[in-house]
Amino acid sequence: MQEILKNIFHFYYEGFSNMTLGKKLWIIILIKLIILFLVLKLFFFPDFLKSNFKTDEQRSNHVIEQLTKH
Amino acid sequence: MENIDFSLVDWSRAQFALTAMYHWLFVPLTLGLSFIVAFMESLYVRTGNPEWKRITKFWMTLFGVNFAIGVATGIILEFEFGTNWSNYSWFVGDIFGAPLAIEGIMAFFLESTFIAVMFFGWNKVSKKFHLLSTWLVAIGSNLSALWILVANGWMQYPAGMKFNPDTARNEMVNFWEVLFSPVAINKFLHTISSGYVLASIFVMGISAWYLLKNREHQLAKKSIIVASVFGLLTTAFVVLTGDGSARNMAKYQPMKFAAMENLYVGQQNAPLVAIGILKADEKEKSHRKQDFRFEIEIPNMLSYMAFLDPNAYVPGIQDIVHGNKERNIMSYQERSEKGKLAIQSLAAYKNAKKAGNDSLANASLALFEDNYSNFGYGYYAGRDVHELIPSVPTTFYSFRIMVGLGIHFGALFLVVLLLTMRGKIQKKRFILYTALWSIPLAYVAAELGWVVAEVGRQPWVIQDILPTIAAVSQLKSTSVQITFWMFFLLFTGLLIAEIKIMVAQIKKGPTAETDLHGNFPNN
Repeated sequence: MQEILKNIFHFYYEGFSNMTLGKKLWIIILIKLIILFLVLKLFFFPDFLKSNFKTDEQRSNHVIEQLTKH
Repeated sequence: MENIDFSLVDWSRAQFALTAMYHWLFVPLTLGLSFIVAFMESLYVRTGNPEWKRITKFWMTLFGVNFAIGVATGIILEFEFGTNWSNYSWFVGDIFGAPLAIEGIMAFFLESTFIAVMFFGWNKVSKKFHLLSTWLVAIGSNLSALWILVANGWMQYPAGMKFNPDTARNEMVNFWEVLFSPVAINKFLHTISSGYVLASIFVMGISAWYLLKNREHQLAKKSIIVASVFGLLTTAFVVLTGDGSARNMAKYQPMKFAAMENLYVGQQNAPLVAIGILKADEKEKSHRKQDFRFEIEIPNMLSYMAFLDPNAYVPGIQDIVHGNKERNIMSYQERSEKGKLAIQSLAAYKNAKKAGNDSLANASLALFEDNYSNFGYGYYAGRDVHELIPSVPTTFYSFRIMVGLGIHFGALFLVVLLLTMRGKIQKKRFILYTALWSIPLAYVAAELGWVVAEVGRQPWVIQDILPTIAAVSQLKSTSVQITFWMFFLLFTGLLIAEIKIMVAQIKKGPTAETDLHGNFPNN
């Protein structure tokens, strides 16, 4: 089992360390994920119902109110 | 209705459209190129010819670039569900939850586990295991698309659910009805096969560029043969599934179908306008007749396309808006009254439950359930019902350009395949340039397919049940505008990065360091 885990580790380690173009792509992926989750999600895209209501009952009441106020 | 901020609705729609369209610039190439690479590697394993390995690695590199730039761009759509479309998100939560959870657990892990073997595993695992991994990446990518498209199919044709008035959520009562709804299955097959056509054009176009530059003859010709055969077969499949989509549309979304055909007055033996220039003035709301400045018709074809019967009656926009008793079509006026009754009885049910009046609650619930199928029309009671007509010119032209480009791709695959088989392709520079310049056209066709599907179903977020005006969150329109432009910049940046890296890799070609870990091709 230990041998298998060691092989898997080496497989990924060598794979990542031998990258050339892949490194540039990983940097793009990381920058993108940081922008998405640490900037956009945190500051611009809060979950409207989760951030404004505490319980599911309150959320469902709000949605029903929204749907039936017209 | 008086309090609806239409600017908020429009900006929220624009933002979703922008992010979905940008997302779709990356996805179809992943769907199709993964299979093309798998075919190429299969040829390598079967023949043992190292040239196929070199070819596989080259296209695999381009697949990796596209995958890396495109990955997680779809997450933004989920952010928007929670922030901009919270009513909708809550309303459909349980239906969307299952397909999206399955996508996350099954397809994503399948894809992401084996993609490491695909890129890192050359010379480290056996040829057959590597090939299996490549195929599993292709299957995993396409399975990811299945669950998203099932969710989208459900919005076009809500099946297998029941609305719970206590929680304000639609609950899944039959998973198989959701998964195997005719709209969902057809949508999945049509969408992924359009991705295969796009990827085939991509491979053929880049190969054509190599031939134009007098480089990489072996790679280019072998790639062209794989791409044009795959492209030809999948173009035929796109036609078949597109035909199925049209029939589903005629059956479940007749307004979208009529708008797509600029058919205002329903008729038997309806002709299909193959090519046409619209004359109708959108500002004029008379909707009395469909006018063309110019049209070429195929007799009876629309009736056949819609109902497999050349004599069938195809309802027009007027029939759907104003009703047609002879054809058993309820008018929008009547549907909006029923919808209003559903909305009012839902409010009455909630109030009666709160007051502990069970008999009134039960009576209100029964009334609500009787009218739920027209729930969304209630938001248009007392308004101009013409607001329920989608943009006719947008759907009409988008459909025709998409189909025209599809025919162009099919013909191009055939011509290029025959010329390559006969060894004449390199001399046909016009055909090679056409193949190269068809790459952007394939993206145009893929986007227009979504324009037909999504603009054509407006104003519905969920067909007949929930319009955009009721689905949107009550945010400030300016905050949506700000995030719209942020996404525009982010996605444009990603697109520029993708094009630059892709072009650089193509220019380097397979003789340079092309794979993601810097191995030379014959290693």
